[in-house]
Amino acid sequence: MNEGLRNVWTISKRELGGYFNSPVAYVFIVIFLLLNGFFTFSLGYFFERGQASLAEPFFSWHPWLYLFLVPAVGMRLWAEERRSGTLELLLTMPIAPWQAIVGKFLASWFFLGIALALTFPVVLTTAYLGDPDNGSVIAGYLGSFLLAGAYLGVTELMSAITRNQIIAFIISVVVCFFLILCGWEPVTQFLVNRVPDGVVDLVKGLSTWYHFLAFQRGVIDLRDVLYFASVIGFSLFATSVALRGARGA
Amino acid sequence: MITVENLVKEFGTKRAVSGISFEVKRGEVLGFLGPNGAGKSTTMRILTGFMSPTSGRVVIGGHDIAEDPIPAKRLVGYLPESAPSYSDMTVHGFLNWAAEMRGLSGTARTEAVRRVVGLCFLENVLHQSVDTLSKGYRHRTCLAQSLVHDPEVLILDEPTDGLDPNQKHEVRQLIKKMGEKKVIIFSTHILEEVEACCSRAIIIDRGQIVANGTPAQLKARSELSGTVTLRVHGVAAEVVKARLAQLGVAGRVQVSTEGSQVAARIFPRERGINGDLASAVADVVAKEGWRFDELHTEVGRLDDVFRSITLPDTAKAAA
Repeated sequence: MNEGLRNVWTISKRELGGYFNSPVAYVFIVIFLLLNGFFTFSLGYFFERGQASLAEPFFSWHPWLYLFLVPAVGMRLWAEERRSGTLELLLTMPIAPWQAIVGKFLASWFFLGIALALTFPVVLTTAYLGDPDNGSVIAGYLGSFLLAGAYLGVTELMSAITRNQIIAFIISVVVCFFLILCGWEPVTQFLVNRVPDGVVDLVKGLSTWYHFLAFQRGVIDLRDVLYFASVIGFSLFATSVALRGARGA
Repeated sequence: MITVENLVKEFGTKRAVSGISFEVKRGEVLGFLGPNGAGKSTTMRILTGFMSPTSGRVVIGGHDIAEDPIPAKRLVGYLPESAPSYSDMTVHGFLNWAAEMRGLSGTARTEAVRRVVGLCFLENVLHQSVDTLSKGYRHRTCLAQSLVHDPEVLILDEPTDGLDPNQKHEVRQLIKKMGEKKVIIFSTHILEEVEACCSRAIIIDRGQIVANGTPAQLKARSELSGTVTLRVHGVAAEVVKARLAQLGVAGRVQVSTEGSQVAARIFPRERGINGDLASAVADVVAKEGWRFDELHTEVGRLDDVFRSITLPDTAKAAA
């Protein structure tokens, strides 16, 4: 195996082990699944709709669910290393900082992926009751996973700028909330009559909500994939800059 | 092996390290001394590539730590000041991880972990999670981590901090033994440690090197170095003082009376340690028939030197 990849793997493995060595991981997964069920079947009127579709009752809640759950998963990534001093240990190992950044990101993303995959009973229920479009279910899951990745990137960045997990959590929630809001229909409606169309499109284009919408409806558009990839890429790059600051002070 | 050139580190307007230069060769054990906040830890963090200096250069084994960090870091084992380790891992898991990060795998990794577990006496706690360990064990776990790849360069920030006297002794022995083949730089507050295992010591104060030499050379800088102490009884202090002052090799003579004893401290006329002064004093004692309890030459004390060349309260200058 390539040395860089091996380092990423070593970091990821430890990070993932860290999740499952503590009860936090299991608590998180249970809460995630409970909330998912609650939103889908109660607030989402899954049965009352009478449609074999996951778009509205299931996926449309994910931007809001992730808003709190992803920062909860990612807040410790760097803040904990900084607080406990292990950052000094990690960054004096013969590895490039990007390997640690990517390794941590992948571990958390994989963890979120496990949580998301465990929502499969919802899919089974739909398939049992009706005949859902498999393509849109897959698109929805892909979009949801990418959305989680984008929030996680933001959280990793926020975690790198503070040694306090709670602060990392709060700032991440706020930033992710803005990323939703700037494409949320009530907000864009509000903007339409007040600013030029170009500005509305620009603001909308920055929104995770707006780009997630297409996936939710079962459409995989390369531009949306690129959007999420660039949010992740930018956050991880910014994390490396933030870490350089953390080492200087 | 390690070359440090004109290292400067500023935090905002504060200068933690200002212009430190030194070299360390293989086989040397270099002790880093200095009051709290003198810049020891900052210097070590720069040496290990954790921090980048404001200016200056560090070269380890031919690799510049700023330009070529990975090969340089590969040569180094580092024990940070707080001896951090991942508290959710077991000792074994942590050491395995460290070995893997150092590029060891398979039997080489198993072997390396087994070796450092033995070196640092961790057998009893191997499968315990780090956060259940006492401070001494935690410290040794982190020390084991720094040794796992058998590095050529060891940088240890207060390696004996928090250990009990037996453990301190073991760690010192370990440092001494490994120092024969490696380069070791360690910082400490404990001066006897420097005498016990360093081949050279550097004293840092307010970010600058104020002394650099072997422990013996440093001790020779002590005011008392080379003086002869004599304790006699049954003689008057004035007599002792007058008689000793006549000696050609003696300079100043101080006498004091302690009960029935008279203690005299004879300073040499020219600074330096040789047997002349002591044997001249011994001749006088023999000739006069004084009954003496003690006669010895002072080699100097590191803590005197330390106190005289470092300024108190440096914490304000560089925290």
